[in-house]
Amino acid sequence: MDFSRYGIRKEEFEAASSVLGREPNECELRILGVMWSEHCSYKSTKRLLRLFPNKGPKVVLGPGENAGIVDLGDGIGAAFKAESHNHPSAVAPYQGAATGVGGIIRDILALGARPVASMDGLFFGDPGHPRTAALSSGIVRGVGDYGNAVGVPTVGGKTVYDPAYNDNPLLNAFCLGFVKLDRIVSSQTARPGQAVILLGSKTGRDGIAGAAFASVELSDDSKESRPSIQIGDPFAEKMLIEACLELQEKELIVSMQDMGAAGITSSSSEIAAKSGVGMTLHFDRVPLREKDMEPWEIALSESQERMLLIAEHGKVDEIMSIAEKWELDCAVIGETFEGDGYSILFNGEEVASLPPSLICDGCPQIHWPSKLPVDLEKRRELELDDLPLPDDWNEALDALLTLPSLAPKQWIYDQYDSMVQVNTVKGPGHPVSVLRVKGRDSLVAMVFDADPWKCYLDPFRGGAETVARTARALAVAGAEPLGLTDCLNFPSPEVPEQYWVLEECVKGMAACCEAIGCPVVSGNVSLYNESPEGAILPTPVVGTVGIIPSFREYLPSGNWDEGDVLFMVGPCNTSLAGSRYLRSRNLPLSGRPLEFWGEAEKDFIQRALRTARSGAASSGRAIAGGGLAAALVKDSAESGKGAAVSLGIPTRKDVVLFGEGGARALYSVPMGKVPLFKVIWNGYPCIVLGRVGGSSLEVEDAFGFTVEELGKKWRIR
Amino acid sequence: MEENIVLRGETIMVHHVHVFIQLKDGVLDIQGKAVAHSLLSLGHSSLQSVKVGKYIQLWIESETAASAKEQASAMCDDLLVNGIIEQFRIEVEGE
Amino acid sequence: MKTAVVIFPGSNCDQDVIHAVRTTLGTEVAEVWHRENDLPSGTDLVILPGGFSYGDYLRSGAMAARSPVMKSVARHGGKGGLILGICNGFQVLTEARLLPGVLLPNRTLSFICRPCFLRVENTATPFTNRFPKGQVVQFPIAHGDGLYSLPEDELKALEDRGGVVFRYASPEGIADDNGNPNGSLNNIAGIISPEGNILGLMPHPERASEALLGGEDGCLFWQSILSFLEKGGR
Repeated sequence: MDFSRYGIRKEEFEAASSVLGREPNECELRILGVMWSEHCSYKSTKRLLRLFPNKGPKVVLGPGENAGIVDLGDGIGAAFKAESHNHPSAVAPYQGAATGVGGIIRDILALGARPVASMDGLFFGDPGHPRTAALSSGIVRGVGDYGNAVGVPTVGGKTVYDPAYNDNPLLNAFCLGFVKLDRIVSSQTARPGQAVILLGSKTGRDGIAGAAFASVELSDDSKESRPSIQIGDPFAEKMLIEACLELQEKELIVSMQDMGAAGITSSSSEIAAKSGVGMTLHFDRVPLREKDMEPWEIALSESQERMLLIAEHGKVDEIMSIAEKWELDCAVIGETFEGDGYSILFNGEEVASLPPSLICDGCPQIHWPSKLPVDLEKRRELELDDLPLPDDWNEALDALLTLPSLAPKQWIYDQYDSMVQVNTVKGPGHPVSVLRVKGRDSLVAMVFDADPWKCYLDPFRGGAETVARTARALAVAGAEPLGLTDCLNFPSPEVPEQYWVLEECVKGMAACCEAIGCPVVSGNVSLYNESPEGAILPTPVVGTVGIIPSFREYLPSGNWDEGDVLFMVGPCNTSLAGSRYLRSRNLPLSGRPLEFWGEAEKDFIQRALRTARSGAASSGRAIAGGGLAAALVKDSAESGKGAAVSLGIPTRKDVVLFGEGGARALYSVPMGKVPLFKVIWNGYPCIVLGRVGGSSLEVEDAFGFTVEELGKKWRIR
Repeated sequence: MEENIVLRGETIMVHHVHVFIQLKDGVLDIQGKAVAHSLLSLGHSSLQSVKVGKYIQLWIESETAASAKEQASAMCDDLLVNGIIEQFRIEVEGE
Repeated sequence: MKTAVVIFPGSNCDQDVIHAVRTTLGTEVAEVWHRENDLPSGTDLVILPGGFSYGDYLRSGAMAARSPVMKSVARHGGKGGLILGICNGFQVLTEARLLPGVLLPNRTLSFICRPCFLRVENTATPFTNRFPKGQVVQFPIAHGDGLYSLPEDELKALEDRGGVVFRYASPEGIADDNGNPNGSLNNIAGIISPEGNILGLMPHPERASEALLGGEDGCLFWQSILSFLEKGGR
């Protein structure tokens, strides 16, 4: 039996045969080929993901479910997750992005949560590269058109440009929903003797074996595989959202699962495995869009906008009438029974029979070897003595602000409806996105961030920095981090040096999560992001969610007041390693990022929360990409106010102004609050930078621009 | 091609109808403009102009082609065409 | 004051407008599914909300305009009842020929979502009687097909009768091309029917009805309607 043509490895074939007591047939092999692909089974990364802390007092649901849930208090939870849709977006940018957004929305919906906000992580190649314009505009339009039509606001995101993504763009989609904690729909609650129901669009041949496709590197032949991409229908998804929430409201369903990769098979086998029931599916009852579909095609179709429901037989009629109201196809396609079986019947014949536990958890894990990259030391070489200070600081700042990764992204988020559902307090273009929760005082804050450059130079420190950046931004805004979701975008794990990088990144991320007490509640892994031209930078993306007790305790950025004192908290001797500044000087990616210091991060978060909650500042901004200089420019431009800044410190000016890394923030403090501010930050590095006033931002012996000029460079409304 | 389909023991004719919808002359065609601009920048210097419209196919059960055309026209009036800014042309296959 | 909000398949902003009316005025708001044949009795104001009815497929608002409920909406309007169409709702009203004109794709050929300044041109309407004439207000826009277009002679007639209620403008109130986000003719953002009871506008007043969310100019909009009805207006 040539199992390899179904993407199955030798040891996988042997494991399956051993459990079954016979060789799997062709249909079963096709099913396992997809369910045991990297994308579905996480066979290369399961043991790494166990390094993440995933418990905490605010965690209601941890990893392994459709999404994670954190407690917002008063019986309400926030369900959230991020997922990648990289390979499809490389082949068909518009549809790849659209269906990526659709897929993550359904994951949130599957828990019985109403999707209320999205964020997007976009990683594009060099702007000069021939494919970048088409890829970036297609992906942005795909995200916008789908999100806008389905009525979920896109409130924030992260956009990065780097040649490493030239042929391998990344699209990470984050979604968050609100759910009543006593109404969470689980995948573990199915019982024997219930109906298995398919709700949503008809099933066609979309994306067949797409999951296996995601586990393979892209080659020129991939462009030929266009017929198997998925097409998204946001109108159908909106109907699906309303129908599912109505079904849940009326307590008509026992369990629910979204159909993503490997459609019917993955959703049904997951419920069976998690609930500990057996399942029989009758594929001739599945509403089809195409003629003459084979059972394996029906099993693996990735037609979008479909959900799997489990319900008592007695409730089926009512479910059908609600489906009819929302103009969705709905059919009973199977039933559950006592036992550990999973069988697919088609035209009276049993075409597949596999234990659900085998499908979901039976794939042998792979322990790829790991090896230190030979050029690691070389990467970290950065001799500051060889780097002269800028001749013209204004020119240097211009070069920094026009870096594609740092430049304003208004052209992107102006295409996203960020306000529908009337919850958006602060939308895209700000360090942290903030939503209100209707009927309550508290606000929910979220941020989506990444720093692939630091991860390339030092995966452990880079991984930690990625998590830390999100927590710092939330804390400065007054939001206590409750939990995070991660998207691990990496190249092939089969190259030992690349596996080492993946491992170290995860370890660094885990170390920071532990140190600051922020658990990982959900996540996603996307491997094999490379092509003959090259591999992507190691790109963990983190989406962190926090809670602000009330609007009074929210500290915005870009809110300087005339006469305020400007403070910088945090170490001055930060690092130019992997900084945007180096890039803007056309220098290679080099240097070693700052060491991760958990205690300092934890300390910073506590003080930042106190600052926001006690109203000790007018404005606060965690220092991130572009360093202190970028923070000053953004705050000045957004406030419409100037400042006179002098850096009376021995450290090199370019390091202070453009260095990145470490827990640092820029605060604008009213004169009357300065004593309180100093008390809060007593014992933490803290310097006075200057005063807010005048019509120019002047940094002594460095750069100076009028506020009007800055407003044009940083075009924020 | 019209098709003969047997349904419930009866033979019925299904006509394949093509509907071409265009913006009326005088209505600004911004899509057409944008597409023309892109084609010219790709080097197609012989291009004079572009109009972007819609093409809809209908399969209509009907005794005659003429009747199918009439029904298609009614569908255009009812929904498919916005008479303020669009005009249409109908072709029935086999006619 | 009794409000009925029509919900089409794909409407997104129905709950938003219900929330805005309830929190600003505290008055009764009913939901009407598009397949209903009748509006609730005693309905004063019918709102067609924003969103993507039928996914904006074929033409924005085209299929919604042919929904069963639209017959009773048209009857309500014919008797002088108030009808408000916001964004997709405005598109539905033009498709249903309850308001003149058509909403074409934005001249940028892209969706635009951002805060937007409008000049209030006509304060003698049931929807704007609480605004000072010429006041500049801020309602956000979020649309892909917002370019209002009308043949030249009809456009002149519309202007002459004071049918333009809101115009896109700069923060200082200048209705020039700079202040026009989507290319609408004459910067038209919202219009009213000749009888003065049917209003359609592309910007979203329901998104500007709470200070927390960025602005409260929308509140005057709802309060104008209440004021009109309380004074016995029909």
